[in-house]
Amino acid sequence: MSDVVLAMDSVVKRFGDHEVLKGVSLQLHRHEVVCLIGASGSGKSTLLRCANLLEAIDEGHVSLFGQNLVDPRIDPDLVRRHIGMVFQSYNLFPHLDVLENVVLGPVRALKRDRAEVEEEAQALLERIGLRDRAHDYPERLSGGQQQRVAIVRSLAMRPALLLLDEVTSALDPTLVGEVLDLLVDLAHRGTTMLIATHEMNFARDVAHQVVYLDAGVLVEQGTPEQIFTNPQHDSTRSFLQRVR
Amino acid sequence: MTIDADVDASKETPNFFAPWHRRLFVGRRGLVASTVSSALIVVAIALLLFVAPGGATFRYVFFDGHNLWLAWVGDPRLGIDSLRDGMVTNIWMFLVSEVLVLFFGLMIAWCRISQSPVLLPFRVLATAYTDVMRGIPLILTMLIIGFGLPELRLPVISSQSDAVYGVISLTLCYSAYVAEVIRAGIYSVPNGQRLAARSLGLTQTVTMRRVILPQAIRNVIPPLLNDFISLQKDTAIVSVLGAIEVVRAAQIFSAATFNESGLTLAAIFFIVLTIPMTRFTDRLLAKDRAKRLVHE
Ligand SMILES: Nc1ncnc2c1ncn2[C@@H]1O[C@H](COP(=O)(O)OP(=O)(O)OP(=O)(O)O)[C@@H](O)[C@H]1O
Ligand SMILES: [Mg+2]
Repeated sequence: MSDVVLAMDSVVKRFGDHEVLKGVSLQLHRHEVVCLIGASGSGKSTLLRCANLLEAIDEGHVSLFGQNLVDPRIDPDLVRRHIGMVFQSYNLFPHLDVLENVVLGPVRALKRDRAEVEEEAQALLERIGLRDRAHDYPERLSGGQQQRVAIVRSLAMRPALLLLDEVTSALDPTLVGEVLDLLVDLAHRGTTMLIATHEMNFARDVAHQVVYLDAGVLVEQGTPEQIFTNPQHDSTRSFLQRVR
Repeated sequence: MTIDADVDASKETPNFFAPWHRRLFVGRRGLVASTVSSALIVVAIALLLFVAPGGATFRYVFFDGHNLWLAWVGDPRLGIDSLRDGMVTNIWMFLVSEVLVLFFGLMIAWCRISQSPVLLPFRVLATAYTDVMRGIPLILTMLIIGFGLPELRLPVISSQSDAVYGVISLTLCYSAYVAEVIRAGIYSVPNGQRLAARSLGLTQTVTMRRVILPQAIRNVIPPLLNDFISLQKDTAIVSVLGAIEVVRAAQIFSAATFNESGLTLAAIFFIVLTIPMTRFTDRLLAKDRAKRLVHE
C-alpha cells in the first residue's frame, strides 16, 4: 500500500470569477510535515479548506487514502472525522469549558464513550500543561493557551492528517513559542501535517517539504534547504526577501 | 486638500470646559440633574391627580383602597368575583404559550436558515408563515381562531375553551416574531464556530444543536424577553372571545361596582408579572458572563 495520505490533483477553486486556486497539485505522505508559504491572499487558507471539504472544488481531484473525495457518494462528515483543522483565530466554543471543547468531537461525532474520552482529554491537557484549567472557559485563557487547547481538540479525534492555518498569526509574539513547541513535538511523534505559516524559521526546522504558493499557483516545492537557501524562481526569492 | 492629524503645534490648544448649557450634565452634577428632573415629574403627576378639577373623582374611581381590596378578594354575597381567577387564566395561558412559542420559533428559524435540500419545502413554508403571521394583528388572529376553529366541527379541535384558542393564537403569532429573533441570533454567531464544529466531523444538526444554538440563544435573550413580556400582556386580548381573564374580570367588576379600581389592579398584576422575569434573566446573563469571562 502506498503511504500517500492526501493527494490534490490540479485543484481549481473559484469564488465567482475570481480564480483563487489555479490548478494546484500536492501530495502528503504519512508522517510528513508540509509547510505552505506564500503572501497574504495567495490561497493558503482556501487550499486547506478544500482539503477537508469545507469548500467544494471546481475542478481537479482531492483524495484521502486513495478515495476520491469529489465522488458524490462521499460523506464529508466522515472525511472530516479523519482530518483535524486548527484555525488562526482558535475558534474554541466559548459556551463550553476546556474539557467539553476537547470532548465534544469524539463523543458527538465518533459516538465514543464519554468517560473514556474524558480520560484521554485529561491526558492531552496534561501534556500541554493545562490539566488544571480543564473546567475554565476558553475566554479566560491566554491566546497561546487557547490555541494549544484548539490543537488538542483536533488531536482528540485522532486525525490521520492535521491542517493548521496560520495558527500563530493572532498571537502575541511572546506566546508564539509555546504553540510552535507543541507543533514541533507533534512533528517528532510522526503526525502528518499540512501547515500554512508565516513563521519561516519554524518551517525551516520542522518541514519535510516546503510549498510556495503565489496567487493560486504552486510555484515551487522542495525541501527547506532547496526553498530557503536555493530557490529556483524569482517570485519565491523576492517573497523570501520580503518576509525576512 | 490634504487631511492630516492635528499636527500644527502653533495652533491654539483646545478648551475642555463645558459650555454653560452643558454644565448641569457633566461630572458629578449629572446626579443633580437627575434628581431635579425626577422631582419635576413627581410634582407634575401630583398636580394632575390632586389639583385637576376632576382629581378627587379620578382618585376614587381608579385608586380606591376599598375597591382595590374588593377586586382582589371578591365578595360572593354581592356576586362579585375575585380578579384572581382571571389572573390564573392569564398566567397559565402565557406559560403554555411561551413554551410552545420557543419550540415553534426554533423550528421555524431552523427551517429558514437550513440549507438542506430535504427542508426546502419547509423553508418556503416557514418564510411565508413569518410574513403572514407578522402581518396580521393579533386581535384578528384571535377572532379567526376563536370563532373559526369551532365552526370546523372537528373532534377535540372544535370543542376547546376560549382560553385554549387564545393560547393557539398567541403561539401562532409570537412564533413568527421569536423565529426572526432566533434567526438573527444564529447569524450573530461567528462563522468560525460553524467551521470548527464541522471540521470535527459534527453533522449539520449536531453543530446547530451543540454549538450554534446555545450561543445564539444567549445572544438574543434580551430581545426574546421583550417578546415574552409583550406576549404576557397580550393574553388580555382573549377577552374579545369572552374568556374571563383578568381584564375581562375587571370590566365585570366595574359593571357591578361602578368603580374602575379593578382595572388598576389588573395593571398592577401585569407589572408585577414582568419584573421578576426581567430580574431573573438579568441574573442569568450576569452569571453566564461571570462564568465565561475574566473578571480579575
Ligand atoms: N468565501 C470567499 N468568497 C470570496 N472570496 C474569497 C473567499 N475566501 C477567500 N477569498 C479570496 O481568495 C483569495 C485567497 O484567500 P485565502 O484566505 O486563501 O488567502 P491566504 O493565502 O490564506 O491569505 P492570508 O495569508 O491572508 O491568510 C483572496 O483573494 C480572498 O479574497
Ligand atoms: Mg489565510
